[in-house]
Amino acid sequence: MSSLLKKNWWKVITVILLVYTIIGGLLFEVPRLAILNETIRALFFHVPMWFGMLILLTISVVYSIKYLRAPSQMVDNYAIEFANTGIVFGVLGILTGSLWANFTWGTFWTSDPKLNGAAIAMLIYFAYLILRNSLDDEQQRAKISAIYNVFAFATLIPLLFILPRLTDSLHPGNGGNPGFNSYDLDSKLRLVFYPAVIGWALFGVWLASLRLRARVINQKINEKIEEQYNQPSESHTGLPAGHSV
Amino acid sequence: MSLLLISSLSAFAQVSSEVEEVAMADTFRAEGKIYVVVALILLIFAGLIIYTVRIDRKISCLEREMNNLHD
Repeated sequence: MSSLLKKNWWKVITVILLVYTIIGGLLFEVPRLAILNETIRALFFHVPMWFGMLILLTISVVYSIKYLRAPSQMVDNYAIEFANTGIVFGVLGILTGSLWANFTWGTFWTSDPKLNGAAIAMLIYFAYLILRNSLDDEQQRAKISAIYNVFAFATLIPLLFILPRLTDSLHPGNGGNPGFNSYDLDSKLRLVFYPAVIGWALFGVWLASLRLRARVINQKINEKIEEQYNQPSESHTGLPAGHSV
Repeated sequence: MSLLLISSLSAFAQVSSEVEEVAMADTFRAEGKIYVVVALILLIFAGLIIYTVRIDRKISCLEREMNNLHD
């Protein structure tokens, strides 16, 4: 995984898919639907944020489970950085959704099960970050946050995908509202939507990989500093400098 | 048969006239102004990607330096 993250070919694919998304998303023909009008194109940008978030948070929870099976600092690094990037995507998903809702539903926020579920899910993940920062001991931090991440993911899925479907929701694809179903099947939308989802998700993985590699460098620097900090203390034991013990 | 054809044609015409009623940015597109928007977003996107690639290279450079230090 770590060598794959440093490869370039999938980053090229990311850029190609996203350029295609921007051009196709703005220029290709879309279904003409009342209320939505041209804003239907937001589908290519708003929804991939959530797909991207879900993919990133899934990778994160997989590494958290890996950590619980076999603890290592590297595995914890993956869990935190993929969660970080996933949360960024989730926040962008909420913001873009809110803007879109103001146009189609007439308000930035409504007490809709899908919206509230998404907001609660984001708060749960914010708490994950706060929990991590509140623990000083590295191993304790990694272990407790790995367990928390598993619970956070286990509440994310019902909040976003099960509870909103059990009741009425304005949000397409939920409750009694068939919403996007009528044009989800539209091949014109799929032509851009699927590449958009893959492109944005890959871009998220790219950003997460950069944060991950920076974190590893930071840890190596800290190790170096600790080594140097420990070396002079040896000379305090009375041995002349330069002697190996 | 011809009756069926005519009825299907009229049904098609009805659907297409309904479709026409939905307001879309047709004039905006016809004037070609949409290409300005597309070009603008692509420029910003290109800028962000170039910046991301540079960060990627910088991190690769730091990784190499770090490994040299370890040797």
